[in-house]
Amino acid sequence: MGVVWTIARKDLKQRLRDRSAYILGIIAPLGLALVFGFVLNPISDFTFSATYVVADLDSGPVTQAFVDDVLSSTEGVKVLTVDTAAEAEALVGVDVGPLGASEEAAGADAAFVFPEGFSADVQSERPVAMQVIGNQASATNAGIAVALAQGYASELTSVRVTVATVEYFAGQPVDRFSTGVEVLGTPNPSALVDDTAATKQLDSVTFYAAGMSIFFLFFTAQSGITALLEERRGGTMARLLSSPISAAAVLGGKMVAAFVVSLLSMSVLVVATTLIVGAEWGNPVGVALLVLAAVVAALGIVAFIGSFARTPEQSAAAGSLVGIVLGFLGGTFFDVSQAGGLIADLRFISPHGWFMQGLADLSAGDLAVVATPVLAMLAFGVVTGGLGLVRLKRGLRA
Amino acid sequence: MTAMTAAAVLECSGIRKAFGDLVAVKDIGFSIAPGETYGLLGPNGAGKTTTISIIAGLLDRDGGEVRLAGEPMSPNATRTKRLVGLVPQDLAIYPDLGAAENLEFFGRLQGLRGEPLRTRVAEVLEMIGLTERARDRAGTYSGGMKRRLNIGIGLLHRPALLILDEPTVGVDPQSRNAILESIELLGSQGMAILYTTHYMEEAERLCDRVGIVDQGEIKAEGTQQELVQIVGQRDRLTLTASGALGATVAALAALPVVEDAAAAGDAITLTVDRAHEHLPEILSVAGRSGSVVRSVDVDTANLESVFLKLTGKALRE
Repeated sequence: MGVVWTIARKDLKQRLRDRSAYILGIIAPLGLALVFGFVLNPISDFTFSATYVVADLDSGPVTQAFVDDVLSSTEGVKVLTVDTAAEAEALVGVDVGPLGASEEAAGADAAFVFPEGFSADVQSERPVAMQVIGNQASATNAGIAVALAQGYASELTSVRVTVATVEYFAGQPVDRFSTGVEVLGTPNPSALVDDTAATKQLDSVTFYAAGMSIFFLFFTAQSGITALLEERRGGTMARLLSSPISAAAVLGGKMVAAFVVSLLSMSVLVVATTLIVGAEWGNPVGVALLVLAAVVAALGIVAFIGSFARTPEQSAAAGSLVGIVLGFLGGTFFDVSQAGGLIADLRFISPHGWFMQGLADLSAGDLAVVATPVLAMLAFGVVTGGLGLVRLKRGLRA
Repeated sequence: MTAMTAAAVLECSGIRKAFGDLVAVKDIGFSIAPGETYGLLGPNGAGKTTTISIIAGLLDRDGGEVRLAGEPMSPNATRTKRLVGLVPQDLAIYPDLGAAENLEFFGRLQGLRGEPLRTRVAEVLEMIGLTERARDRAGTYSGGMKRRLNIGIGLLHRPALLILDEPTVGVDPQSRNAILESIELLGSQGMAILYTTHYMEEAERLCDRVGIVDQGEIKAEGTQQELVQIVGQRDRLTLTASGALGATVAALAALPVVEDAAAAGDAITLTVDRAHEHLPEILSVAGRSGSVVRSVDVDTANLESVFLKLTGKALRE
């Protein structure tokens, strides 16, 4: 172990005297993170906001419950109440002048119209209909309005079925209103957990800080393999191998140095982007685990690629190409998880993708959520690194 | 096959090594005693570097035996490697580290630590004349200084056998002389040295014994005197001429005093017994056979002529 550290310490000394290491490991990723984070459009700072109009011609308890419990409790929704269906329809558009609507109400995203007798019909099991008028110019918010209405309709159907069941088993009519209210107040036994990527996004500053850090990590990690090939070309490898040390110790020293440099680079980037641009990386323990696993993955992959190279230039070129491809696939420049389909799935063939996913999960969950990304990245590193080191060891004496 | 001796620092026999279809070393064997400087003399591609790579434990051999102080050598023989100091032909130094840092690093790999390491580094820096520049990065040194550092690293741990692979290639005459002087000093201090070169004059100056290598084999081995006996007291005579060189070569080869005759370009090279005595007759034959001789150069018998005799070609071809 002493010999491994002796070689690693020598390599670290050389790396610290190499200005290009600072550029590649810290300045370039930090600079790009700042540029992308601030100059490009934020891709993930979306906050929901909608204006809905309600024409409640019924004014009964069922329609009131919709306004109070569904619309008003939805974050970002602004509710305007009007007296007639015509007013509501007019507001869902731009031409509101003739009706004297306020500027604030102009161009509402959707309108809900409840006909007279709606609550009574619900309680008496007669067919009911609520009308949703959507604004074509804001299709997304109009679609959300339809979804809210459908959800509420489903809820009413459930209550009706429940009340009918109670009457059946009671063998006599019950107070439908009070029973319905009681049912509505009962907690839902099944809860929907929204696990889509849309709910687990990093803010743009953090996204690019993380993306650029992992992207450039693959360039920084190449230092170990490049140093190895430089030694072979420069003649010092012959001197190392004629010393009373094993070839494994030489490889070990190179890998330890590359590991330390990569870890140092990532750590500086995490701290710097947090302090300078306010990136929110998440739980420090989770971030540390993700960073460690990413470094292992990067070292493994560059070792594997470098084992096919004969010169430092070949290794750098091949490593850069693979790093760029994996970086794009992994969504370090664009959040491919939002693309859906094959493109979103492809990110998981890249450690970059697992790293970004791990950070996104960490931002919305507890520490345990990093387990899968960490294990995936470690698997990348162990498999490719194992193959690479075996090949490199064989090639040391070539 | 060389007989193994108990006192030898290096004993090797029957070394063979092939790279695919290319047989780099066919059958090489020799031994080196403590304090002896042994030269492997041969042209580029003769198999010298492959041989020392095997002896230094860098390469596995296909056959044969290598022992250092009785210990078998192989790429995995880490204990035996402590006995060897290698000075590769390429400058095996780190240009972004100072001379002292280079020496300290390789000293640590050899197991030196603490005060003994610091003391030895200071001694070697003094020996190679780099004490004043010890902290400067080696990349800023002159070619000669880098060569001296290259040698200093090899002898830092006081190896039983110092292997120098063409250490003066590309070095200016002044630095070259300094390097040769320091090697002579090491030899006089009792270090066994294996020295490869294709410079005949270096082998003549430094080596107690010389092995002449060509095409992966030792063609002859011995002291300079022993090797010169192979060609007797014959001298090498070079005539620079014009005209019918082919006819002249044939006419000269027919003379009883001429052993070998060959033409290359405008030069006719002859191996002649006592050239000075027979020069008038040789010039007369050359003139009669249709050549005009413009200059004459006589080399007395040396390792170069031995090499020519044994291999049919010059050392630097």
